[in-house]
Amino acid sequence: MFGEYSIGDLGSIFVMQGFAGLILFSVYVLMALGLAIIFGQMGVINMAHGEFMILGAYVTWMTSNLFQSFLPSLFSGYFFLAMMLAFLASGALGMLVEWVLIRHLYKRPLDTLLATWGLSLMLQQAYRSIFGPREVGVELPQWMLGSLKVTDSIEVPINGVFVMGLTVLITIVVAYVLYKSRWGRQVRAVVQNRIMAGAVGINTEKVDRFTFGLGCGIAGIAGSAFTMIGSTGPTSGQLYIVDTFLVVVFGGAASLLGTIASAFSISQTQSTLEFFMSGSMAKVLTLLAVVGILMLRPQGLFALKVRK
Amino acid sequence: MSDEPNKDLRSPLRRKLLMGAAALPLVSILPRPSFGAGPATATVNTTGLAVTDTEVTVGILHSATGTMAISETGSIQAEKLAIEQINAAGGVLGRKIKFIQEDGASDWPTFAEKAKKLLVNDKVAAIMGCWTSASRKAVLPVVEQYNGMLYYPTFYEGLEQSKNVIYTGQEATQQILAGLNWIAKEKGAKSFFFIGSDYIWPRTSNKIARKHVENVLKGKVVGEEYYALGSTQFNSVINKIKLTKPDVIFTDVVGGSNVAFYKQLKAAGVDLSKQALLTISVTEDEIDGIGGENIAGAYACMKYFQSLDNANNKNFVPAFKKAWGEKTVIGDVTQAAYLGPWLWKLTCEKAGSFDVDKIAAASAGVEFKGAPEGYVRIHENHHLWSKTRVGRAKLDGQFELIFETADLVEPDPFPKGYQ
Repeated sequence: MFGEYSIGDLGSIFVMQGFAGLILFSVYVLMALGLAIIFGQMGVINMAHGEFMILGAYVTWMTSNLFQSFLPSLFSGYFFLAMMLAFLASGALGMLVEWVLIRHLYKRPLDTLLATWGLSLMLQQAYRSIFGPREVGVELPQWMLGSLKVTDSIEVPINGVFVMGLTVLITIVVAYVLYKSRWGRQVRAVVQNRIMAGAVGINTEKVDRFTFGLGCGIAGIAGSAFTMIGSTGPTSGQLYIVDTFLVVVFGGAASLLGTIASAFSISQTQSTLEFFMSGSMAKVLTLLAVVGILMLRPQGLFALKVRK
Repeated sequence: MSDEPNKDLRSPLRRKLLMGAAALPLVSILPRPSFGAGPATATVNTTGLAVTDTEVTVGILHSATGTMAISETGSIQAEKLAIEQINAAGGVLGRKIKFIQEDGASDWPTFAEKAKKLLVNDKVAAIMGCWTSASRKAVLPVVEQYNGMLYYPTFYEGLEQSKNVIYTGQEATQQILAGLNWIAKEKGAKSFFFIGSDYIWPRTSNKIARKHVENVLKGKVVGEEYYALGSTQFNSVINKIKLTKPDVIFTDVVGGSNVAFYKQLKAAGVDLSKQALLTISVTEDEIDGIGGENIAGAYACMKYFQSLDNANNKNFVPAFKKAWGEKTVIGDVTQAAYLGPWLWKLTCEKAGSFDVDKIAAASAGVEFKGAPEGYVRIHENHHLWSKTRVGRAKLDGQFELIFETADLVEPDPFPKGYQ
């Protein structure tokens, strides 16, 4: 297959392909982090995760329009503000949804699936009515476009580097919040034993609301970041939801480390296979491998060991 | 007490009425369509369609909700505009067109069900509708069983022909071959890399393109890749493109994947002003989402661009924008959808009847000189004779016309040597 290419060409392609795998890895981690918190920690099967992401994307689009109209001189930096606004918007909507809908369903986790699926349809139609059925183009500042030339033949996309940096940052923040902060300890206490946590004075309702809000807010940031690599339309969230669940379930629902390990193995398998065969075939083989491993380890790659 | 507010209301109202009355003589001298002057209903409608002395009902069947709403909105708008214009010009056979709009909701069984509803309950004289091949395939048995007339706007893969369907978009050979010939000649292109979404239209189109490249152009296809609908990650295939260094990237990626593909292509440092790329799936509508800066320089091959410089189009574009907003853009399929009601009107007038059998028989040879794309004529196989054009994407999201075939290209839905 590669006989006709020079060693130098092949070398640089493999470097770039490795990098493509890393970008895919960061994309997977970023989209799964929010869900890992909501599904992993709270047991809520949030089918509207993609719509929370797209809310972030729409917020980014609106911010970019505002900057273009009113503050064109600061346009090159609008993206950072947009990500913060996306976090706030999706987080606020998440907390509202938790208060209206989810808190009534904690004892019936399977019903959350139906309820949030309905929510996702409602949000899609809301986006369609508000922003129109067509996709919107989010304009990016000049410095985020194009690629960095590492050598003559090796080029890495700037937006890929950006997504990777963002993923690392957010993962560290989430890990710190969940495992080092007082609030994170409360979250984990509620997850492990809700009644006991309440008995020792933790306000479990408040913890639930903030946890759900945090998960949705991170989805918003992910959506904002994905305006660089994907489309923004009322149903674009659907493009991510399957992969997101795949990563979280494969990783073992309640484990942050599991999510990362699972994102890494799925992305590397897929991008390696994609290079040697066609895109559809690579996807099929990746899914087959995941199904096979889940049959052997139904609890996922990493699972919390708790007494049942 | 109760009289007082009335008093306040009455005086402005009265003034308006007076103004209206003053304007009456003015209005009456304007040319106004009068309906009901056409031939008797019994003669133009022998099969029980929804036709009265003053009205004829047609159906519009597209997805106004769901994932395909992105694409089908433009078609709905174009069809409504055409109907409005036809009515303003006197309607069809002296009757005003009334439409019933149904939502296919991006779901193929729903399309079939709604088509049945339009034909059986509403007795519509024709349906303007469908967009994806999947929705057309679902509706086809229904229009054949209940003998309806469908005007289908999208460019599609061919391999189909029906008495009950008029295909107002191009079939694959019409769209592709001229574009490949042009790029082979213009760019001296010998090697091609195909990338498409994984379903029937890209696969059939690429099969035709491959045969043409290998057998006619004597070139080479160095890669052929398909990605699942909705894929958002194209970095691997972009690396393969970089490795194989094709003269031309030939793409038929659709939907949201399109946006991801062009954004990532640009981010990977592929410069479309140096690397030739020919797409058959990106119209002005798609560029709205992709962003002009991500696709500027790419070539698109189809039959219509909003920027076409001809008298018909110069009337059509402002009329469309006036009806649907200054910012709306008009892509190839939107224009083809606009042709549907007009071709139906012209066919009805040629046949002197609304009866589906008479329309199906009279369709061949019907010509529409007012088409925004220029001039079209219906072929015996119910597809359109049309020109094929190549445009180059500009930063502002419009195409600049680079090439057009000298003559109308004959539609050939069952191409020999390409299957």
